[in-house]
Amino acid sequence: MPDILTLEGVEKTYDTGFTALTDINLSIRQGEIFALLGPNGAGKTTLIGIVCGIVKATGGRIIADSLDIHKDFRQARKQIGLVPQELSVNIFESVWDTVRFSRGLFGCPADDAYLEQLLKTLSLWDKKDSRIMALSGGMKRRVLIAKALAHQPNILFLDEPTAGVDVELRRDMWAMIRRLREEGVTIILTTHYIEEAEDMADRIGVINKGKLMLVEEKHALMRELGRKSLTVFLSEPLTTLPPNLIRDDLQLAEDGNSLIYSYSTAEASSGVSELLAQLQNAGIDYQDLQTRQSSLEEIFVSLVEEKP
Amino acid sequence: MNHYGVKAIYFYELARAWRTLMQSIASPVLSTSLYFIVFGSAIGSRIVEIDGISYGAFIVPGLLMLSILTESTSNASFGIYMPKFTGTIYEVLSAPVSGVEIVLGYVGAAATKSVILGLIILITARVFVDYSIMHPIWMLMFLVLTAITFSLLGFLIGLWANSFEQLQIIPMMVITPLTFLGGTFYSINMLPELWQKITLLNPVVYLVSGFRWSFYGSADVHVGISLGMIALFMAICLGLITWIFKTGYKLKP
Repeated sequence: MPDILTLEGVEKTYDTGFTALTDINLSIRQGEIFALLGPNGAGKTTLIGIVCGIVKATGGRIIADSLDIHKDFRQARKQIGLVPQELSVNIFESVWDTVRFSRGLFGCPADDAYLEQLLKTLSLWDKKDSRIMALSGGMKRRVLIAKALAHQPNILFLDEPTAGVDVELRRDMWAMIRRLREEGVTIILTTHYIEEAEDMADRIGVINKGKLMLVEEKHALMRELGRKSLTVFLSEPLTTLPPNLIRDDLQLAEDGNSLIYSYSTAEASSGVSELLAQLQNAGIDYQDLQTRQSSLEEIFVSLVEEKP
Repeated sequence: MNHYGVKAIYFYELARAWRTLMQSIASPVLSTSLYFIVFGSAIGSRIVEIDGISYGAFIVPGLLMLSILTESTSNASFGIYMPKFTGTIYEVLSAPVSGVEIVLGYVGAAATKSVILGLIILITARVFVDYSIMHPIWMLMFLVLTAITFSLLGFLIGLWANSFEQLQIIPMMVITPLTFLGGTFYSINMLPELWQKITLLNPVVYLVSGFRWSFYGSADVHVGISLGMIALFMAICLGLITWIFKTGYKLKP
């Protein structure tokens, strides 16, 4: 697939002297879903802001659909839609008025048939005359998506699209994003949820402290990132681990009441059953088990520590 | 030119005025009517004529100007400040619209509202006082130019303001006092000589004087100077707005 968006040496230093982005080089392929992952303050929103024209870059060049976003800003911006992280929408307006406004603002003639279809796709059609203030948080987010798609862009930025959205709606959102991709829209999303990136993205970029740490195919990256931990709650506290259980991936909690085993989901075997057998052999009784996927932020911290 | 974009902003802003009809139109019409009742009909009937014009009729252009200045400034400043405050400005900044087009949309809508308001007040004034308009075309021109110029000023204030307090401070602390001291209720010829000279530093004097000339053919300062002052003020506002869009000051971090 050819590249639809190219960032060359993009830099951003704020007037305060804070450097938000350093030498970002990134190519987004046409029709892909690209997930940009990073902890809070990593520079994700700044990067999106620069591409969309909300933040001024202090260096570098951005080409969207063969158009320089500064020299050909009119044509370039028509190609791009943005769903911001915050629910920034005029709550006094009706859904219909706000999507019509967005379409006009982006230089497109009115097309009520398209907007009707768009609102129906987003399950907003029966709310079209409602004031936005009367809608739930999830619906408001869908209104923002409708606004971003009102001018039929080729590239869609979704900044934390599922932040604060319940599980059911999140699934709906994922299905909608996939549908958009099938229609040929290139999607760049930022997220904190590892399962979101895992479920949807073709490629993943990891950004931290304003630097793009890596860009990889999802499957390759998941092998690196997909770690889980198993907590074994012991019936009797231990003061030390038996010698045959001393290993790098097993820790005894400070209070001695639990064991924490970390493992990779990408390995052929998690090693959980072997560990439990070893505990039984050592006569260590346990009363409960709990597994947990490491949060992306934790993974990033470890990633960054490994690659200073 | 993205005329769809300009149209979208323009009608969005007019729709906002329609949604807030009470604040946008009814409230200024009511307060100006009160001025006409108190100063025009009640007290005005006991005041001698000024330049051969009854006091009630004399204050019509000044009161109209008072409303136009305050409403243009507050409308335009609120129009651009609210998207900044609520964060919806992201959409305008990311859209294929240039600075000129953004100004055309927001300032055009604010000025339109002010002109409509001015005409409504003019009609309302007729209920309370008898007045005539000697140069209606010039009157309309002064009305439109003043509405545009002060909408530009309001737009600037809205771009600059970081809080609702800052949004209010210039209309309240600068424009209203300057209008009251700019010959709205009196001819500056009625002032002591020193104050007449000091008053000439007040830009509103030129607006009120020129506007009053279009009604009654008499003015405190030459009408050409009035027009020149409006043009100068408009040029300053346009220059500052151009600089803001060029540098992104307070708009783009």
